[in-house]
Amino acid sequence: MPQSADKVLDHSKLFHEPEYKEMLENKRAKYENATPAPQVTEILDWTKSWDYREKNLAREALVINPAKACQPLGAVFAAAGYEGTMSFVHGSQGCVAYYRSHLSRHFKEPASAVSSSMTEDAAVFGGLVNMVDGLANTYALYQPKMIAVSTTCMAEVIGDDLNSFIIQAKEKESVPADFDVPFAHTPAFVGSHVDGYDNMQKGIISHFWKDAERKETDSINIIPGFDGFAVGNIRELNRILGEMGVTYTILSDVSDVYDTPSDGDFRMYDGGTKLDDVKAAVNAKVTVSMQEYCTKRTLEVCEKAGQATEVFHYPMGVQGTDEFLMKMSELSGKAIPDSLTKERGRLVDAMADSQSYLHGKTYAIYGDPDFVYSMARFVMETGGEPTHCLATNGGKEWKAKMEALLASSPFGAKAQVWAGKDLWHLRSILATEPTDMLIGNSYGKYLERDLGIPLIRLTFPIFDRHHHHRFPTWGYQGGLNVLVKILDTVLDKLDAETGTLGETDISFDLTR
Amino acid sequence: MAKDLEDSVAEHEKMIEEVLSAYPKKAQKKRAKHLSTAGAVEEGETEIVSKCDTVKSNVKSVPGVMTIRGCAYAGSKGVVWGPIKDLVHISHGPVGCGHYSWSQRRNYATGTTGVDNFVTFQFTTDFQEKDIVFGGDKKLEKSIDEINELFPLANGVTVQSECPIGLIGDDIEAVARKKKKDIGKTIVPVRCEGFRGVSQSLGHHIANDAVRDWVLEGEGSEYEATDYDVNIIGDYNIGGDAWSSRILLEEIGLNVVGSWSGDATLAEMENAPKAKLNLIHCYRSMNYICRHMEEKHGVPWMEYNFFGPSQIAASLRAIAAKFDKSVQDKAEAVIAKYQPLVDEVLAKYKPRLEGKKVMLYVGGLRPRHVVTAYHDLGMEIAGTGYEFAHGDDYKRTGEYIKEGTLIYDDVTGYELEKFIEQMRPDLVGSGIKEKYPVQKMGIPFRQMHSWDYSGPYHGYDGFAIFARDMDLAINNPVWAMFDAPWKKSA
Repeated sequence: MPQSADKVLDHSKLFHEPEYKEMLENKRAKYENATPAPQVTEILDWTKSWDYREKNLAREALVINPAKACQPLGAVFAAAGYEGTMSFVHGSQGCVAYYRSHLSRHFKEPASAVSSSMTEDAAVFGGLVNMVDGLANTYALYQPKMIAVSTTCMAEVIGDDLNSFIIQAKEKESVPADFDVPFAHTPAFVGSHVDGYDNMQKGIISHFWKDAERKETDSINIIPGFDGFAVGNIRELNRILGEMGVTYTILSDVSDVYDTPSDGDFRMYDGGTKLDDVKAAVNAKVTVSMQEYCTKRTLEVCEKAGQATEVFHYPMGVQGTDEFLMKMSELSGKAIPDSLTKERGRLVDAMADSQSYLHGKTYAIYGDPDFVYSMARFVMETGGEPTHCLATNGGKEWKAKMEALLASSPFGAKAQVWAGKDLWHLRSILATEPTDMLIGNSYGKYLERDLGIPLIRLTFPIFDRHHHHRFPTWGYQGGLNVLVKILDTVLDKLDAETGTLGETDISFDLTR
Repeated sequence: MAKDLEDSVAEHEKMIEEVLSAYPKKAQKKRAKHLSTAGAVEEGETEIVSKCDTVKSNVKSVPGVMTIRGCAYAGSKGVVWGPIKDLVHISHGPVGCGHYSWSQRRNYATGTTGVDNFVTFQFTTDFQEKDIVFGGDKKLEKSIDEINELFPLANGVTVQSECPIGLIGDDIEAVARKKKKDIGKTIVPVRCEGFRGVSQSLGHHIANDAVRDWVLEGEGSEYEATDYDVNIIGDYNIGGDAWSSRILLEEIGLNVVGSWSGDATLAEMENAPKAKLNLIHCYRSMNYICRHMEEKHGVPWMEYNFFGPSQIAASLRAIAAKFDKSVQDKAEAVIAKYQPLVDEVLAKYKPRLEGKKVMLYVGGLRPRHVVTAYHDLGMEIAGTGYEFAHGDDYKRTGEYIKEGTLIYDDVTGYELEKFIEQMRPDLVGSGIKEKYPVQKMGIPFRQMHSWDYSGPYHGYDGFAIFARDMDLAINNPVWAMFDAPWKKSA
């Protein structure tokens, strides 16, 4: 009997005890109708071949392990960044359970959102009653300052009209007539979570700006975009801009709501962009997007309002941060302080100290389009080669932009860009053309296991490591965090490869 | 009625009234029917110790209240079908449903992922606007062909419908029949669109019906049938639960020919009707197919409970009673064999857990099934409730919980928070969405869907882990650090 109270074995050890191994072998042999082991091995090897790769890359219909979610997730994330805001997702209720779980698993934090709980009758008659009753209930129970409405694909397929429904709900006094209920149609069958983020930002800004009379100020709006590291990154942004003395408004600041303290109180709402600040944001002279592919439609609204716009692709690393700071300096008229110049020098110093371990290393990078762009650029700054760059939710335009970036450096010469491909495609790609490292999210662990390529978790979602999102990846300090994660992986790998006693450990060096 | 019981009932009533007062009238009236206190049993009633089926259940959730429930797709793909490892389960429709449920239920399965085990995959037809407009049947057909080419050892495909499928009028049954003919493998269309029904529950039922209609006539595996063949039904092998159960059943001399559906293969699903007895753990999600097998194949079924030593011993004896003396003797031997482990576990953990109050809010069977495991550790259940139970579940709950226990059906975020705030239990057992709000309040928490990434909790081996986990949750020093010393009141 393997179990004991003294040393309790859970799943990670228990099932490798002889009793269980024998039981599972017996089950497989007798009842599973399992494929004989040699054939399993044969197929496993084949899945890593060029032949399989060609067939896999020729897929036209089936999508396997895509690195993207659907629009409403992005909408819920965007809305969470506003003061006292409850997301109300119109449609089937299971979707909301999914978004909440997904966000909680990444941030290790509460994620609040409600559903209008539409069922079969609503599919036939429309979801007006659900909207009317639902808004009244949400308003009464959760006392939000704003309710941001988005949609599941069910409501989109049957064609519910949010604008009209919200007007009717207000007529029926579900919420006061002047209560803020911005909305966004977020069909899951168009684009991905980054588009949902965009649509919700557009919905919120349009709601507050539609009748505003604009009086231009020197203020700058900043839209962070969908970002799993938002907690660390937005705080870093605040610190940097504070040091520069820039006047700015972050539109959707989730840093506090997804990082509330444990002190005995559950804060359903915390922090976020003040609603008055969103209203005033129409007067800003410019809106800066930190992630172009999260804000295309939103920036159109800003431009229509008379603002200038600037876009970045998730600025990371030395040049990404340089450009961001110089742009902020140019827009605000404030100089970049020596303190930040010194920070820059420290990041460059760290890169110089460690360059011998990074030069020539190859990487596969996947994630949202803006992230992959910046990550590839940072890798090239360290002398690394971003051999495979993949975004399931990246299109032709992104591909062209990536190719231009890669062409700008000799370290990009051998790189390939994979727009619209999924992580099962990436498995074939890496099985046939492996890299030294893989940069992505938790889902990459299956590739790491199958192919032995170490994974560095640097983008959403990260379920199986805790708290990384509390540290920034933006700015020079963020660059340092990213650099250290890459370096730790390189050096851990080197130690593992040279760590077998009496066999490979001649170069198990103390100092590296 | 004893004085303290009377007090607790009155207290609950007051608390429920307060909570309900926050709702607008229409919602208040609806929610009132779902909140109650376990009542006294009628005279002569011996099967139950309290009356819990006074709450209304299995009705639509009130819009806008933050129900914790999921949908029919979650009940079918996430619960019933997803664990079957040698089938490819297509999340048919837009990308989200399959994405959020990808690898999240911890239904452990052996095999080689990507070759003969597909549990930790997300297969989807990733619907685009044109698929909504023109229909997705062609895309589905092509997807099945691509699966057949890229995963030759997959023994079939299930089509897990997402909301749009039923709304745009696709004929997935026709596709399934056609492709079955084309590729000669089992293809199962499942109409589990998320808007159907009121919770995960209808998804379970629809999934059961699909097993009945599209699987049960298959051949199964070649094995020597015996008089001791049983199936484990409604164990999804969370953290290996079905394995720590199976080992006990084998030890008492039974052969588990089908494991439904944790760590299952298609053959094991097909084997089931040939067994002598169906042993059902999660009654809610798989009673339908047991009733069918009873009618059609003459396989009787019985419920059992492998949480905590009291129930394990009782269940082993009840199961053995369906067989001959050899099995009964072995059951007694097995109970005796594990008794020292049970004694050790209780000696170590009971003193640390005795008298602690627990509130539960979970899914199919756990709001009642785990109760005795807590009792075994000397803990008390202060409140319990289900996301998607029916009346028969609440009736069965009365077998486990004491009169005066707070009952909440399809509880809302608001209600649960207020109940916890007022009752201040020592531990809450619920899901990922509830975990962090509860912990922020300074109350220890265990996820009781996923075993909080631990497990197994079934069987004797699992009970040791269960006890360890409850102890580590409650007795961690972090809970004493919530107040900054300079903020503590004098």
